[in-house]
Amino acid sequence: MKKKKISPYQLLSLICFCLIIVIWCVLTFGGIVSDLFLPSPLEVIKKMIEMYKDGSLWANCYESTMRVVIGWIWSVIVALPVGMFMANSKKFSAFIQPVIEFARYLPVVALVPLTLLYLGIGESQKYTIIFLGTFFQLVLMICDTVSGVDQNLVNAAKTLGAGKLQIYKEVIFPAALPGLMDDFRLTIGWAWTYLVVAEMVAASNGLGYMILRSQRYLATDTIFAGLILIGLIGLITDFLFRILTKIVAPWYDRLND
Amino acid sequence: MGDVKLQAIDLTKIYSDTNGDVTAIDHVNLEVKESEFVMIVGPSGCGKTTLINILGGLNEATSGEVLLDGRPVKGPGADRGMVFQGYSLFPWLSVQKNVEFGLKMKGISAAERAEQAKKYIELVGLNGFEHALPKQLSGGMKQRVAIARTLANEPEVLLMDEPFGALDAQTRVVMQELLAGISKKTKTTILFITHDIDEAVLLGDRIYVMSRRPGTIREVLDVNLPQERNHDCLVLPEFLKTKKSIMDMLWQESQDAALDK
Repeated sequence: MKKKKISPYQLLSLICFCLIIVIWCVLTFGGIVSDLFLPSPLEVIKKMIEMYKDGSLWANCYESTMRVVIGWIWSVIVALPVGMFMANSKKFSAFIQPVIEFARYLPVVALVPLTLLYLGIGESQKYTIIFLGTFFQLVLMICDTVSGVDQNLVNAAKTLGAGKLQIYKEVIFPAALPGLMDDFRLTIGWAWTYLVVAEMVAASNGLGYMILRSQRYLATDTIFAGLILIGLIGLITDFLFRILTKIVAPWYDRLND
Repeated sequence: MGDVKLQAIDLTKIYSDTNGDVTAIDHVNLEVKESEFVMIVGPSGCGKTTLINILGGLNEATSGEVLLDGRPVKGPGADRGMVFQGYSLFPWLSVQKNVEFGLKMKGISAAERAEQAKKYIELVGLNGFEHALPKQLSGGMKQRVAIARTLANEPEVLLMDEPFGALDAQTRVVMQELLAGISKKTKTTILFITHDIDEAVLLGDRIYVMSRRPGTIREVLDVNLPQERNHDCLVLPEFLKTKKSIMDMLWQESQDAALDK
């Protein structure tokens, strides 16, 4: 068992964060930039404490996270079988890939008016935006990951008597799993981008909504608090995915870890 | 030696692409008798791997037939187990689970699988490594696992595609002796492909020598070495005689290949 120690690389990451905070302090406390454009770290922290006390911090984080997770889970549920099947059937791939490539280039923001028209301003509209933003990319990533599974493993399984379904379940899926986890980790990050798009247009809560409303009142401290919260949730998600990958695929060696 | 187990009849494989046709193997006929250890040796690029993949059902012949016990076989199956140069172990499974893989596919109970796996892990000398992952093993050990995994499935024929090609010279000899012992003990029918002449003579009861591309069977040789095959055989006069005649054939092939161009 390895001892828990901060590696030089983790130290560098930490230094970078500290550096940004130092520059931020110099700019604000030094009076170089006006409060209106860049609030000081102290003000942002004060704002967060205020939000924590009136309950809006948890409420907004919770609403937004739920939207991201539900929209993204739908995207995963549909993309996984489609992507796996695409990777293993030339015919199906020929049938569906052009449509997916086409849809991938449609800017999700441009689809917002349609989703509003079709689905109104309820939660399902938010899920749909996140779904549309992540699904098409995710299908192609999954297809790519699954195609990259070592064909020799599939051949070995065939000569050991594995049938088609068994090969999917016992070889292709476990072999692709670490790569799939990476795909999931990346797309859930993008889901946050589309969440803010969804919440900026029609919502009455959530971090995206909070940021948009603050702009009207020139509440830059709230905007920064919102941005930092989204970043933190992103970091935590990333961390959880890395842990989860280690749990579901302990055999997998990541190159830089 | 008993009846003919595996038979290739007039196997031809032509790869077609935009640059035209390339004949990989051309009307190859061969047979492997029950419990026999047959080697195929040939220059690199002669279509050996294409041939064994067709026999294993991983590749399809353009024409010709593969017979197992006299019946034509199509596609891969557990009756023709294969061992590959690159081991192809499932990296997420322990040694034991790898060895059990084929049995699991057949729907055999966990208890029975474990018992069978134990037997073959012992046979290849990997006791104590049952729970190790492939990444923790050396190349030679990985190939032992691959051999045990294929044997545990009790195939009619064991097809081996340069299984020791990636190992260092010392480990290779150890593995060759191990395989010779296993072949004697289990009476498994083996077809083994190599470009290493020493390996072919050391292990084979019979050797098919292939020509350069397009691969054909150039000659068949019987090996008259003692039943007990080990590194001492490498200096016996009979070994050297057979080795020399194969070397001459392959030398001739490479001469001809040079003149072709």
